[in-house]
Amino acid sequence: MITFAAFIGSVELGMVYAILALGVFLSFRTLNTPDLTVDGSIVTGAAASAMICSLGGNPVLALAVSFVFGAMAGIITALLNTKLKIQPLLAGILVMLGAYSINLRIMGNKSNIALTKSDTIYKMTKEIFPGTYTSLVLGILIVAAVITLLFFFLKTRLGFALRATGDNEDMVRASGISSDQMKVFGLSLSNGLVGLAGGLLAQYQSYADIGMGVGMVVIGLASVIVGEAIFGTRSLIRRLIAVALGAILYRLAIAVALAAGMPANDLKLVSALIVTVALALGVMGENFSFTGKNSKNGKTGKPGKIRSRIQQKVGE
Amino acid sequence: MLKIDGITKTFGKGTINEKIAINDLSLDMDRGEFITIIGNNGAGKSTLMNCISGVFPVDSGTILLDGEDLTRQPEYKRARHIGRVFQDPLKGTAFDMTIEENLSIAICKNRFHGLQPGISRKDREYFRERLALLEMGLENRMNQKAKLLSGGQRQALTLFMSIISEPKLLLLDEHTAALDPAAARKVLELTNLFTREKNLTTLMITHNMKAALENGTRTILMRDGQILMDVRGEERKNMTVETLIAKFEIDNDRMLLD
Repeated sequence: MITFAAFIGSVELGMVYAILALGVFLSFRTLNTPDLTVDGSIVTGAAASAMICSLGGNPVLALAVSFVFGAMAGIITALLNTKLKIQPLLAGILVMLGAYSINLRIMGNKSNIALTKSDTIYKMTKEIFPGTYTSLVLGILIVAAVITLLFFFLKTRLGFALRATGDNEDMVRASGISSDQMKVFGLSLSNGLVGLAGGLLAQYQSYADIGMGVGMVVIGLASVIVGEAIFGTRSLIRRLIAVALGAILYRLAIAVALAAGMPANDLKLVSALIVTVALALGVMGENFSFTGKNSKNGKTGKPGKIRSRIQQKVGE
Repeated sequence: MLKIDGITKTFGKGTINEKIAINDLSLDMDRGEFITIIGNNGAGKSTLMNCISGVFPVDSGTILLDGEDLTRQPEYKRARHIGRVFQDPLKGTAFDMTIEENLSIAICKNRFHGLQPGISRKDREYFRERLALLEMGLENRMNQKAKLLSGGQRQALTLFMSIISEPKLLLLDEHTAALDPAAARKVLELTNLFTREKNLTTLMITHNMKAALENGTRTILMRDGQILMDVRGEERKNMTVETLIAKFEIDNDRMLLD
């Protein structure tokens, strides 16, 4: 197993990844599109955050800028999708690719920025509240705040419109809501959270690297799927917490694997395998359980046989 | 109320599959009129509805609703004045949201979508009271997700959602066709109840000629993207399925089946 310090470290890092996972949840579940912009927008957030911190700027301001920059990447993806009718996956890939150059520019044409001598939000809190658990508590507070805001937002009229867009676009348009506007708004919010996660990540590990975004969308998806499968989806708040816990669990799994002797170079391969298994299990989950998200009613697949039979009975 | 003036819609223009779906069609509807539309497959019934609701733009002609020119408006803007129920019961509701959340989206059609609470207490009371009219027990299941409902329940809910914001025009595209006979009868009953109560201007497509003559106030028969017959009043009252068949050489089994 792992040492206690490694455990705490993984949970701290997991809190950062929880925000990434909540962002991915918005695009993948609420809008029903796997959004590859994430691999780019998380670096955009990290780059902006690291640059501001390294120039001596306020770390909290840096996080706000990370959110805004991430959101802008999401808006571009959504506009490529809605205005130019480019498939969502392809639109995400295009923005991810373009973002690489933008991110380098943000970082002043350097491939990494170290924050060892700069102020970060973690160092600031440690100065005020010295202790072993300061970073952990800070992480928990930030994630709790994001979950609370997201929960209340998804229960507003605008939140309803956003959730319905992923469920049934025809119904949304027939209800007088522009599904295109909802996609733009949803992807901007989603990538804003991803950017914020990137900003926090840079400050937590005290560096930003141009290559840090590779595979982030996969980690986000893994967190969403694993979290929902283990902790349930019965209510909205439970689901949001499940997604955050999924991210922490993912970091712990990686820490255990590394401690058990897995070469760090194999991390990406293992991540891909975990998501493959999780997605495959997710399909089975639809057949055998009431939890897991229902399939899209024939839009993207058929509901499981057993499940739909049970549903018919319930319906009658 | 609704004034359609010479609209034409061609699919696949310039290709080998070119098809004129709506051919220079004009139609005038008074407030409170309930038109039933019949016609063969490919007669242009659904295309006509999609042109009115803005699913796709028309090639030429104009569509006015209550004096407002809809012709160039996007679908979602027109939807503010138009209620719609589709043939597929899955198309009318957001399946992963609860019944009351679905209703809230419907009632907020002409309200601003901001950061207000999604459902107010007043709306919830109103939903409960009105859902009881459906006599399906949905008023006690408002926190259940729409995906748990049967096809008939879903369609009744969709119908209720389409009229809750009191639209100027109601479009029903074979909304009972996918249901079992008992559920279809129920939904049609509710359709008559709601349209009469609110005096809604309604267009209903049906493949059932008997239902077309028995419901509503006026019946049109479409063929090849045009209106072949348009009856109301006395003439309609005296019309039977048999005279319809004889007069228009209808040979579509589906339209004859009850």
